[in-house]
Amino acid sequence: MSAVEHRFGPYGGQYVPETLMPALAELEEAWVAAWADAGFRAELDGLLRDFVGRPSPLYLAHRLSEVAGRRLYLKREDLNHTGAHKINNAIGQALLARRMGKRRIIAETGAGQHGVATATACALMDLECVVYMGVEDIRRQAPNVQRMELLGASVSPVDAGARTLKEAASEAIRDWVTNVDTTHYIIGSAVGPAPYPALVRDLQRVIGDEARAQILEREGRLPDRVIACVGGGSNAIGIFAPFVNDESVALIGVEAGGEALEPGRHGAPLTVAGRPGVLHGSLSAVLQDEMGQILEAHSISAGLDYPGSGPEHAHLRDIGRATYLTVSDTEALETFRRVTRLEGIIPALETAHALHHALQPADSEVDIVCCSGRGDKDLAEVLGQA
Amino acid sequence: MSSAGLTTGAQAIAAAFAGQGRAALMPYMMGGFPDMQTSRRVAEAYADGGADLVELGFPFSDPLADGPVVHAAGTAALRAGATTHEVLALGRALAERVPVVAMVYANLVIARGLERFADDLAGHGISGLIVPDLPLEESDGVRTACDAAGIALVPLVAPTTPEERMARIGASARGFVYAVSVAGTTGERAALSEVFGDIVARAKAATEVPVAVGFGIGTPELAREAADAGADGVIVGSRLVRAVAEAEDPAAAVHELVARFAQALK
Repeated sequence: MSAVEHRFGPYGGQYVPETLMPALAELEEAWVAAWADAGFRAELDGLLRDFVGRPSPLYLAHRLSEVAGRRLYLKREDLNHTGAHKINNAIGQALLARRMGKRRIIAETGAGQHGVATATACALMDLECVVYMGVEDIRRQAPNVQRMELLGASVSPVDAGARTLKEAASEAIRDWVTNVDTTHYIIGSAVGPAPYPALVRDLQRVIGDEARAQILEREGRLPDRVIACVGGGSNAIGIFAPFVNDESVALIGVEAGGEALEPGRHGAPLTVAGRPGVLHGSLSAVLQDEMGQILEAHSISAGLDYPGSGPEHAHLRDIGRATYLTVSDTEALETFRRVTRLEGIIPALETAHALHHALQPADSEVDIVCCSGRGDKDLAEVLGQA
Repeated sequence: MSSAGLTTGAQAIAAAFAGQGRAALMPYMMGGFPDMQTSRRVAEAYADGGADLVELGFPFSDPLADGPVVHAAGTAALRAGATTHEVLALGRALAERVPVVAMVYANLVIARGLERFADDLAGHGISGLIVPDLPLEESDGVRTACDAAGIALVPLVAPTTPEERMARIGASARGFVYAVSVAGTTGERAALSEVFGDIVARAKAATEVPVAVGFGIGTPELAREAADAGADGVIVGSRLVRAVAEAEDPAAAVHELVARFAQALK
């Protein structure tokens, strides 16, 4: 039996070139040892507290609650250093890389939040950092490109395919195959070959662990629903994980409905539930054509503009433990503006998808929405849409 | 496992390796690049130029093991409308001249269904299958399907593969072992001679089937060095794909190149 899950039901696995297999084994071994090491955990916890600013608040959003007609809490990952949940994973993996003696870090990024988080962790730990980013995302997330470069990372533009997150991840994996001796790949979501989906979940689980304790303290009860947006699905799996065994709590993942639920116009592989496929090293829900060619996704939000999904989400869907649905580009944009005015919080466009669903009528008294990131990075894109 | 089926592809491959008294030349081509018609002429040119086997790439949207040249060729083939069905048909025609080994990413196999894909290959006279993103741990189902259909599932080993793992991969091999010469993606490289000896010796010690070396071999001299290092076969990919991309008459260009590689191995 593996030390960490390689499969979630039928999903997951390690569909990568042979060159990487020893590196994945090495990573898994190092991860298991680090996670069991009190010294590693203490250093990580210390950084999460003092550098990232954890625990993040669980905020009862009064005006949103009024609109929704129920008590709506926001888990404020947008208040983390660098402005999103991504830093939880990046700090943990950078610590792990340092422990493994790998001084060069690569990462892929879509919205740029994971790229910024990784560049930040690398600056903190004096590691070399190369971030792969699609040319289209570089255009629509310019402020994050500038931040990464200021932090000392080199941003490597990817000009293949639709020039977004999928191609950036592919290029990062190609770099890793080439430089595997010296390099650790900090994957940004709960996707990729084992052990990544479990590793990233465990590093993001802090979101749910805190939220569960906070809601019990505030409400004396568990929430009726936990709602999070899903691209690859790392903030969602992080907040879902501690609630999975709480059967009364509905877990809802919100995918990018994009322009329409037609091929090439959305980013909702879990919702459309086609045949499973292999993308970036694992078997999961994937957007693909009849032949098995991976389709391009579309979303106004760069972080959800991805045709794949974390394998554990596909499993939670299949066993009926979590529900996945979509919110469109238009709805997300409308909610982005509405939440900003109502609550004084500018959410990331990714997060706006989850918030939109949370504001719809539902049979629920207490909801937690993962406010996965802040929306400063999206201003140009949103104002350009006006 | 149907032993009668098992022998078909593997036997054709074994004969191609054994027939030469020298290292076998296995040029790679991207099926459907730059378009199906030209690609069929390229295939003929490979056979005319002296290929002992041909590795036939099936274009895939997300080829993780490929460098820029083969990646771009796959993208162009898909844009030109190449389908798995048409590349299979190309394989059938080519297989009448030389044994054909298909190079197919895992998702194309999974999407079709493992048994159906293996049957498709066999039905088109194709001898072997290489799946570059299907390591040993994930390969049981595909190997079972290939064995039943008489297709040789060819595994890859890499410089990073440790001994014990190499032995398990070597024991699972059908047809031949594809030894990746360097950590990295496909693509031409300047100097490789030092690494050939190590990977070839380790791979040969781990298996009873022939060992072919690939990744980075872009000149007849390097092909010769790989053969001198003990490789039973030499795979040449990106150099030829680049020629197809750049030449005014791709078929003529690759004919001449394949002939030069074949000459170097004599």
